[in-house]
Amino acid sequence: MLNTEPNIAASDDFYQELIDLHRDLSDEESALVNAKLILLLANHIGDAAVLREAMQAAREEVGGTPLPLGEEKG
Amino acid sequence: MKTYTNPVYPYTRAADLSGAPRRWPVIVAGAGPVGLTAAIDLAQRGIDVLVVDDDNTVSVGSRAICWSKRALEILDRLGCGERLVKKGVEWNVGRIFFRDEQVFDFNLLPETGHRRPAFINLQQYWVEQFLVERLGELPHAELRWKNKVVGVTEHGDDVTVKVSTPDGEYSVHADWLIVADGARSPIRGMLGLEAEGQVFRDRFLIADIHMTSDFPTERWFWFDPPFHRNQSALLHRQADNVWRVDFQLGWEADPEEEKKPEHIMPRLKAMLGDTADFEIEWASVYTFQCRRMRSFRQGRSLFVGDAAHLVSPFGARGANSGIQDVDNLMWKLELVLKQRATLTLIDSYDVERTFAADENIRATTRSTDFITPKGKTSRIFRDAVLMLAKRHPFARRLVNAGRLSVPAVLRDSPLNTPDAANSEFEGAMIPGTPAVDAPVTGPRGDWLLAYLEGGFTLLAFGAVVPESNVAALARSPIPISVVQVGDRSTTGACVIEDPDGVLAARYDAKPGTCYLFRPDQHVCARWRAFDPARVRAALARATGESAMVEREAA
Repeated sequence: MLNTEPNIAASDDFYQELIDLHRDLSDEESALVNAKLILLLANHIGDAAVLREAMQAAREEVGGTPLPLGEEKG
Repeated sequence: MKTYTNPVYPYTRAADLSGAPRRWPVIVAGAGPVGLTAAIDLAQRGIDVLVVDDDNTVSVGSRAICWSKRALEILDRLGCGERLVKKGVEWNVGRIFFRDEQVFDFNLLPETGHRRPAFINLQQYWVEQFLVERLGELPHAELRWKNKVVGVTEHGDDVTVKVSTPDGEYSVHADWLIVADGARSPIRGMLGLEAEGQVFRDRFLIADIHMTSDFPTERWFWFDPPFHRNQSALLHRQADNVWRVDFQLGWEADPEEEKKPEHIMPRLKAMLGDTADFEIEWASVYTFQCRRMRSFRQGRSLFVGDAAHLVSPFGARGANSGIQDVDNLMWKLELVLKQRATLTLIDSYDVERTFAADENIRATTRSTDFITPKGKTSRIFRDAVLMLAKRHPFARRLVNAGRLSVPAVLRDSPLNTPDAANSEFEGAMIPGTPAVDAPVTGPRGDWLLAYLEGGFTLLAFGAVVPESNVAALARSPIPISVVQVGDRSTTGACVIEDPDGVLAARYDAKPGTCYLFRPDQHVCARWRAFDPARVRAALARATGESAMVEREAA
């Protein structure tokens, strides 16, 4: 299950590092870094159900058609 | 072409033009690789088969070039695998490049102990020629060139096929029509049927070039290479020093312009270097589609290969899956024609092969989406995967330059008998799986698959099937031959040895284990001990009897 309770000890530090990660990058480069970061973290998590839950949560309130809930994809 | 001259097969006037039309058990429409394979399989089973084709030669241009391990194993059963393998070039290794560097390489068959490699590459025209020659050896087949199907009508259990020839039209009757007339399938159109699905907005240039080169026999795939920016490219060796080159062009490319040598040459020189010495043999620009018919059976017409389903070419899942269609269907057709099984068994072809087609469509659609990302974000993720893949192993599994053809595991087939709860089988060989080869010794040579040919086979580990049962199984209306592994105690079964224990390991076998294989070498049931009643029940299920009972009950 996706943990959405506070889980990062120094949360302000983490946030600052995340912002700093993109310093001096163009929008396109930033998008690439973000994509790489997502892929690295997703592999680390590994659990398909957790990943799916995170994707659902990320998509909430953003628009488009909501993702179908809990769909197993072959 | 420098390396191949298309044969011109003779047209002969069909006797049906003047006499009464003959009735055939089976007519095959289309003498491509799939139609020819179907005809060979039927003729080998002793079933009279008429093949009609509107042309009088084999494929023009190389077209399908990668023949998978499973297709070769099927063609081994049909007496032509060895010829393909001898002529073709064997490969197991692929390399992926992103921009100007290699990201990683992979080996498709890292394990030994298989007769056939993961793939051979061989131009489609050679394959068709070998199949035509093999068919010519078989007394039950007749192949008529320049005979074009122009009409199909059905009345009850009769299909009437109207055929147009240079000498006029004739009609011929059949119990079954195998429709193997390719992607555009005129017969599909005549019957008012459709293949539904998706057309991709991209164009690809493929060219065969003749070149003497020391490039290795590997599949090289480039994403966004310096010689062809923002697109993909592929280089692959075929027989006779012919190389397949594939350039992604994008949707806006003009197919007629791109086919001209003055447009192809600069692309090739950029890829191969200014000093490379080569000649263009054949070139074509194509788009592709992922579609299938809703059902592969329409009354007495059975659709196989591209006529039934179309996939994008990344993954070599077109011709290879067509050959697997044939492998699946022909033994069923034989049993139905000999009145040993009902039409339910024919319907299982549709169930099993639409399942496989969906798997192939899903795999090739995903490859296409990776190679041709739809939109900016997809492209960013694609590039992110490729950048990560060089250093991080996990990302290599996400790179998708084609998921190369492997046979479908028919895990949900109604013909399977599920494992008993206490049988505790491990490993991959669940019911519905095509047999995995293994080195053995015995009277029919050194590979397991040669012992699983023709009909149903019970593979028993140890002398566990009593002699009286071996004889009874061989005599039953649908015979089962018993192959016994190890233990030379006489039971009348064919005895093979498993000298290195590879066979037992691949099948998670213990003394007493029995596997029942269908004529298409798929596992349909397995047990930890021999029980004749269970074997009979599994045979009934695998030939459509129990499935029918269940369907009626439901």
